[in-house]
Amino acid sequence: MTLDQQTTIPIGIGELVSRTDQMKKDGYRLVQIGCTQIGDDFEINYVFDKDFVLTNLRITVKQDTVIPSVSGVYFGAFVYENEIHDLYGITVSGMNIDFGGRFYRTTIKQPFTVTVTKEDTSCQNK
Amino acid sequence: MSKQITVPFGPQHPVLPEPIHLDLVLEDERVVDAIPSIGYVHRGLEKLAEKREYPEYIYVAERICGICSYIHSNTYAQGIEQIMKIEVPERAQYLRTIWSEYSRLHSHLLWLGLFADGMGFENLFMNAWKLREHILDDMEATTGGRVIQGVCKVGGVRRDITPEKLDEMVKGLKGMEPAFRDLTNVFLHDASVSHRLRGVGILQKGDAYTLGAVGPTARGSGIGIDLRQTGYAAYGKINFRPVVEQSGDCYARCAVRAKELFTSVDIIEQCVKKIPEGPVEVKVTGAPDGEYFSRAEQPRGEVVHYIKGNGKRNLVRHRVRTPTFTNIPPLVTLLKGCELADVPVIVLSIDPCIGCAER
Repeated sequence: MTLDQQTTIPIGIGELVSRTDQMKKDGYRLVQIGCTQIGDDFEINYVFDKDFVLTNLRITVKQDTVIPSVSGVYFGAFVYENEIHDLYGITVSGMNIDFGGRFYRTTIKQPFTVTVTKEDTSCQNK
Repeated sequence: MSKQITVPFGPQHPVLPEPIHLDLVLEDERVVDAIPSIGYVHRGLEKLAEKREYPEYIYVAERICGICSYIHSNTYAQGIEQIMKIEVPERAQYLRTIWSEYSRLHSHLLWLGLFADGMGFENLFMNAWKLREHILDDMEATTGGRVIQGVCKVGGVRRDITPEKLDEMVKGLKGMEPAFRDLTNVFLHDASVSHRLRGVGILQKGDAYTLGAVGPTARGSGIGIDLRQTGYAAYGKINFRPVVEQSGDCYARCAVRAKELFTSVDIIEQCVKKIPEGPVEVKVTGAPDGEYFSRAEQPRGEVVHYIKGNGKRNLVRHRVRTPTFTNIPPLVTLLKGCELADVPVIVLSIDPCIGCAER
């Protein structure tokens, strides 16, 4: 049972903007940018769609890595990049709209870098 | 150049059902820039994936939104099933399609009512919501819930619908079609509604695509993106054409939603004709090991549930990109150059669901 084709391409951070620019020239739309913490690393997925086929450019970075913004290519990228900054603490340079860490209002700063265990009731209703 | 002033719009505003804040930079009455900010209702639901096992997390996924609740659970379940290679029974796929279209009907009727209210057309608002009640009644009768249905699960659905009830549902919907027509005729042909919506908040086709617009916001600008065309659930066995309008203004976005009411009724009717007998769920064992971008067409547009598992009962990551989240950049573009008095109508025209967007 396969609903749609999905391809993930790992790329280096240095080619992120140029590859994104090429995706736009090839007629892809930006579907989303999302971050996942894997151990000490952070996977950031730049997902594009053309004719319902997904292509995912993936960079893997450390938390102190400064990643370049792709909002100069896709204007709408700023919402995802601000989200990544606020939830993961990763700095994105050159965003067209930078909320300076105030896009999400969370009690714990960079909450997605804090591991919650089952015994930890701090985020459960009491 | 006139002096620029900044007017805050929201998070509390009479036309806003949910909190979004816009800093509107004005020159006289004209908006020259709009800076959005959200974050008032962020609940950290994605973080709960660390504490809830994947079968029970579907209850959290369903509560991301109070309108698209069913489709969130459907999309989440579909993602897990793709990773675990679970074959969902065909009858369950049809039932999922029927409930998805009921969700679309009730969401569009809710929005049409809110939009009418935003224009100051109170009677139209009440008519739309009166019709919506019938849709919610059927959802409650078949799932047990009006807002949160809790009927979708990994591996199928929890409830079946009897053939008699399915026939009754179709009869009910066909009986409502004249009322739908009366309602949508006002939105599509009434002079005062047209005057308020035509030529207001134009999103050009190219901008809609590159800015990431989805759903009626994209289709109103001539882009026929409709994830139902990928054939998930039982959509692959149903004949339908996405509703697409070309003018890109508030009227076009309204027309797409109004016309989609009839598409949904047609899809439900086809499903009831084609639904096979059989089980509605399969037993699921194990845990997901892999990743998948699960997508579906919500009433507001494409939703993406990114699911990543490592073979354990708790997911490594569940990330949701809702249609409103990606419709915020187009909204910023729409607002630039408009009159201050048009801002409420333009904001409502993308059908913003901020609770959904912030999760």
